[in-house]
Amino acid sequence: MNDLLGRLLGPAEPQLDCDECFAHLDRYVELELAGEDADTAVVGMHAHLEGCPACAEEHESLLELAGGLRR
Amino acid sequence: MASVALEYFPATVSPVTVSSVLDPETRAWIDDLRAGREEAVERLHALLVRGARYELGRRRSQLAALRIHDVDDLAVQTADDACIAVLKRLEDFRGESRFTTWVYKFAILQASTAVRRLAWRGRELPQEDETWERLHAPGGPELAAERNELLDEVRDAIRDRLTPHQRRVLLALAVDGVPIDVLAERLSTTRNALYKTLHDARRTLRGAVTERGTT
Repeated sequence: MNDLLGRLLGPAEPQLDCDECFAHLDRYVELELAGEDADTAVVGMHAHLEGCPACAEEHESLLELAGGLRR
Repeated sequence: MASVALEYFPATVSPVTVSSVLDPETRAWIDDLRAGREEAVERLHALLVRGARYELGRRRSQLAALRIHDVDDLAVQTADDACIAVLKRLEDFRGESRFTTWVYKFAILQASTAVRRLAWRGRELPQEDETWERLHAPGGPELAAERNELLDEVRDAIRDRLTPHQRRVLLALAVDGVPIDVLAERLSTTRNALYKTLHDARRTLRGAVTERGTT
């Protein structure tokens, strides 16, 4: 989704909006860290993270920070 | 493609009650904060400062103009804002994650938003005609012929199918790379409202190229 066409057309799959993404981000990240199927548990998160660079950055940060706490 | 497939899709959330799932540490956090214990609020703030410092550290290259102690001040400021947000939304916490993970997302949101806004401070948003020029620049040899053709059709749809507001939002976010928080601030709206506009614009574009049989 980094190329121009990808950014213009966005992901086609059903997706959350930014508020919903924020509401479920902590649960999604912990499922990822536990090796569980986060995308099945939180439908629409993956597509939103593909289409929204700001939420994607925050997801990456939370994943790192929460993951660091577990080590 | 059925239009329903492009609508927002509510997340699947299992109904859980807080009391049934909380670990002892999280329960203690909630009880102490609900009771308004000052010591708990101080610990919460310290946790948020840690989260904000982490986020600012990750983005240090975007804060080159700031001195170290200014970055630390920014961490405290963003933690202040995050602390207010956490206390305001404490009742929303459903125990679906550790309390610390839930708290850190507020610190990261506040700090990352602050960084994006600082990075664009003093910069004007690109004018639409400048963006159009960039959008019409030759794709170069790396762009295959069919991708160039698709891009032509997308450009036509941007011009003919989108509302002026959708066009402005799409071009700023997808072509100019204006951060969504920055655009929201400049247009006096919210990140969520802008993302919905972007989503609708993208859906229109995808529909237009599908109609033409390109995809």
